[in-house]
Amino acid sequence: MLLSQLPVGKTGEVVAITCSGLMRRRLLDLGLVPGTKIQTLRQSPGGDPLAFNIRGAVIALRLDTASQVKIRLVK
Amino acid sequence: MSVDLGRILQRAQDLSCGEDAVRDKVVARIYQEAESLASEVVMAEKPARDWDTLIDDVLTSKRFGYPSMLALLAFVLWLTISGANLPSQLLARLLFAGEEGLSRLFLSFGAPDWLHGLLVLGVYRCLAWVVSVMLPPMAIFFPLFTLLEDLGYLPRVAFNLDGFFQKAGAHGKQALTMSMGFGCNAAGVIACRIIESPRERLIAILTNNFVPCNGRFPTLIAMSNIFLGAMALNGSSFLAVLLVAGLVVGGIAITLVVSRLLSATLLKGIPSHFALELPPYRPPQVLQVILRSVFDRTLFVLWRAVKVAAPAGAVAWGLANIHVDGLSLLGHTAQVLEPLGAAMGLDGVILLAFILGLPANEIVIPIILMGYLSAGAMLELEGLPALRELLLANGWTWVTALNMMLFSLLHFPCGTTLLTIRKETQSWKWTLLAALIPTLIGTAVCILVAQGARLVGLA
Repeated sequence: MLLSQLPVGKTGEVVAITCSGLMRRRLLDLGLVPGTKIQTLRQSPGGDPLAFNIRGAVIALRLDTASQVKIRLVK
Repeated sequence: MSVDLGRILQRAQDLSCGEDAVRDKVVARIYQEAESLASEVVMAEKPARDWDTLIDDVLTSKRFGYPSMLALLAFVLWLTISGANLPSQLLARLLFAGEEGLSRLFLSFGAPDWLHGLLVLGVYRCLAWVVSVMLPPMAIFFPLFTLLEDLGYLPRVAFNLDGFFQKAGAHGKQALTMSMGFGCNAAGVIACRIIESPRERLIAILTNNFVPCNGRFPTLIAMSNIFLGAMALNGSSFLAVLLVAGLVVGGIAITLVVSRLLSATLLKGIPSHFALELPPYRPPQVLQVILRSVFDRTLFVLWRAVKVAAPAGAVAWGLANIHVDGLSLLGHTAQVLEPLGAAMGLDGVILLAFILGLPANEIVIPIILMGYLSAGAMLELEGLPALRELLLANGWTWVTALNMMLFSLLHFPCGTTLLTIRKETQSWKWTLLAALIPTLIGTAVCILVAQGARLVGLA
């Protein structure tokens, strides 16, 4: 499952980051390492970007960025 | 020692081949360490009620997200417009009373006419105008804007608007640099440094001027009053607010359209990734905000305007009072510009005022007044009603006022902003483009409005 598909209110766990280069570095900087819990908090009125709870901070990512993160749904 | 260093470098080179894998490991390890440390020493309490979530549920919701932004914009403009009126009139009365004193002083010294004209009728009047018209709205607008900034509202604006900027091929942070432009476009251009991708930074720099800065708000507010007066809708500050808010929204729309065009032509590319933090809301420190915005922003911007207005007042007075063949230099230049001005629904004097106002937008109206007054100096104007009378007497219609507002929104950035763009882009080419794009759009829009109104027979 991709982070961009995680419905609002659900929590996932990072499995892998699929992009490389600067974008990968930025996502790692946010603390998105494998095993990190991440929750979708809300959607912007236009639908894109999404806001996530990453390690206690609220971070907004565009859908194309969020689709670079593979996650596993946490029950 | 040197051998060791060489081996270490060699080893580093080998490792960097699998750069991503190594970096992943390093970062994962750092976070692991930080997590275990934090879990030992940090205790987090769950708040009884999560206010941030509740507020964001409204301010960024599908239903209320955009309406609440518009309402807030209108509210800030309403407070500024209705609150600035009275202090503006009082300041004008006070400063122009000071001018009488100055004139008497010059007279008692037996100063020559030209010296009195240059210093009192030129420099002092221009200064008095700029201070009385600019200071009150700035002293209200800047603290309000700083309060919103302090609250943490601006990132929510970026969050709400990002969808549009993405479609325009622009960076999400452009919503933030655009918001800074409301304070001052030069500051907005500097703020574009937060955008890492050079392509998107250039788009943000080139379009920053499409939101009106504080130097232009007083002009827009004054013109909206005159527009409504010409439409025989006097004294409705509610309509004035709607008009200015409409212009701001129009400016944002043009920002998006031009960004889209630029990213499809000169600055081709795909939007880069971005992560935007929505920080927790904080109760603003009201007193500190007011002090900071008055001293850091209001007085700073006012001082800049004063430094420009003083010499500009002298130059404008000179142009209006040096006569060649029975007509002032200002009159001659205005005559040259008259055909273009007329086609744009303006006139030669207004166009000349915009050109002479290049150092700072604040002095455009004072120069127009000098141009209209046969005495070759600005009239003593006590507030907006007197200004309206004068302009209507000089052939202004609602089209003139509307196009004056449109051209104020859509013309070359002020000198300070242009120099800032040159500094930030290191290129005269982009600086020239930053001046050409809005000027061409503004000229086209004004011609369309003027000719359209004429065609339909409204003016």
